[in-house]
Amino acid sequence: MSAVIGYAPLLWQGLLTTILVTVLSGALCLVVAFAAGLARLSSHRYLRWPAGVFIEVFRGTSLLVQMFWLFFALPFFGIQLHPLTAAVLALGLNEGAYAAEVVRGAIASRAKGQTEACIALGMEPALRLRRVIVPQSIPAMLPPFGNVMVDLLKNTSLVSLVTVTDLTFRAQMIRSTTGQTTAIFLTILVMYFVLSCLLTLLTGWLERRFALDRKAIAAQRTESRLMKVGAA
Amino acid sequence: MIWDNDFAISVFPLLLEGLWVTVQITLLGTLLAAVLGLVFAVLRRLAIPVLSPVVSFFVVFVRGTPLLVQAYCAFFVLPAYGVSFDAFTTGLVVIGVNYSAYMAEVYRSGIQGVPKGQWEASTALSLPGARTWGRIILPQAVRTVVPMLGNYLIQMFKDSAVLSAITVVELMATAQAIGSSNFRYLEPLTLAALLFLAISYPASRLVNRLERRYAPQH
Repeated sequence: MSAVIGYAPLLWQGLLTTILVTVLSGALCLVVAFAAGLARLSSHRYLRWPAGVFIEVFRGTSLLVQMFWLFFALPFFGIQLHPLTAAVLALGLNEGAYAAEVVRGAIASRAKGQTEACIALGMEPALRLRRVIVPQSIPAMLPPFGNVMVDLLKNTSLVSLVTVTDLTFRAQMIRSTTGQTTAIFLTILVMYFVLSCLLTLLTGWLERRFALDRKAIAAQRTESRLMKVGAA
Repeated sequence: MIWDNDFAISVFPLLLEGLWVTVQITLLGTLLAAVLGLVFAVLRRLAIPVLSPVVSFFVVFVRGTPLLVQAYCAFFVLPAYGVSFDAFTTGLVVIGVNYSAYMAEVYRSGIQGVPKGQWEASTALSLPGARTWGRIILPQAVRTVVPMLGNYLIQMFKDSAVLSAITVVELMATAQAIGSSNFRYLEPLTLAALLFLAISYPASRLVNRLERRYAPQH
């Protein structure tokens, strides 16, 4: 255990890097998800097709291959990415491709009457999307988005393989200098576990916050509180 | 010329050998995950004191931690306690156990999906527990799980690349080794990506079709 305490500052830095990578690639993932997911639903073929190819390629190959490709193969085209850039790009694009399918699915399963009502009211397609379709789809997107984000957090451990000094990288460093393998790996396992629990809690909170029927939920809550009071 | 075609052709057979290892890991790993997952799901459902909560926590913990770190744990920590296997076996067990945690969740929803009347009817007929599970509940629960098994198979096929970090010589590790010994990463990595795509894309189309065909009836 002494190794863990002695090297705590190093682990702390690794933790911060892991969080940084998660936040950056999470943001990229959301942008990619909406761009590709909406393009996939477009009525224009030249938007729909490239989005489809992008989604299938990034979902069909392994994240590690993508990350290594961006880091090791791209230099042959004269583009040398910083390890962090390559890592964030790979994570964001890969998880973004999965999330794009979530966006597509959530929007495609909206009640058709909403779109028809918008058309009847003479709303432009962009306004329709922004004011009606997307806001209505968000509650349906949140639970699968939560899963994607937890996946992304766990996959950030792969960035250690392209020399980003995240939690896993630091743990490997400490392991090779101290040889205290068990303590160090159990510590970071627990750290990752706590992070993913926090992320799950955050999604749960967002789900309640964005639930379509907030009034009904509030009513339910008061009712259960009253019942508790009654029971006491 | 950026892309060296001759080099690409010369390394292709090596990559196919790596692909074969990946396929072996995927098939055996899915089998292990499917069996272990079922055991976990049933143990959780039986509500045995101490054991069931421990299994529940284990499942949640495995789902909340990265596969890579789990693989490192098995690869570096276990030998310190005298338990050591070759990289292939370690990798297989790690990925199998990792996916069993996800499979357990799928089985759980399958078991929950079996109508309550089936349990009640089994009790009314005073069937013993083993027969209730073996002949009534599980056959109905597993049917809904089969399409998900296909999805996890494809997912594992791609995830097994992570095992290259613990020196399992599968497709990804082969591509990396070729890259570092020839100082040319473009061809092996691109071919590896294409090989992954060439298998997982048709496979996922097939699973989608099966999913639609064998959609649960209740």
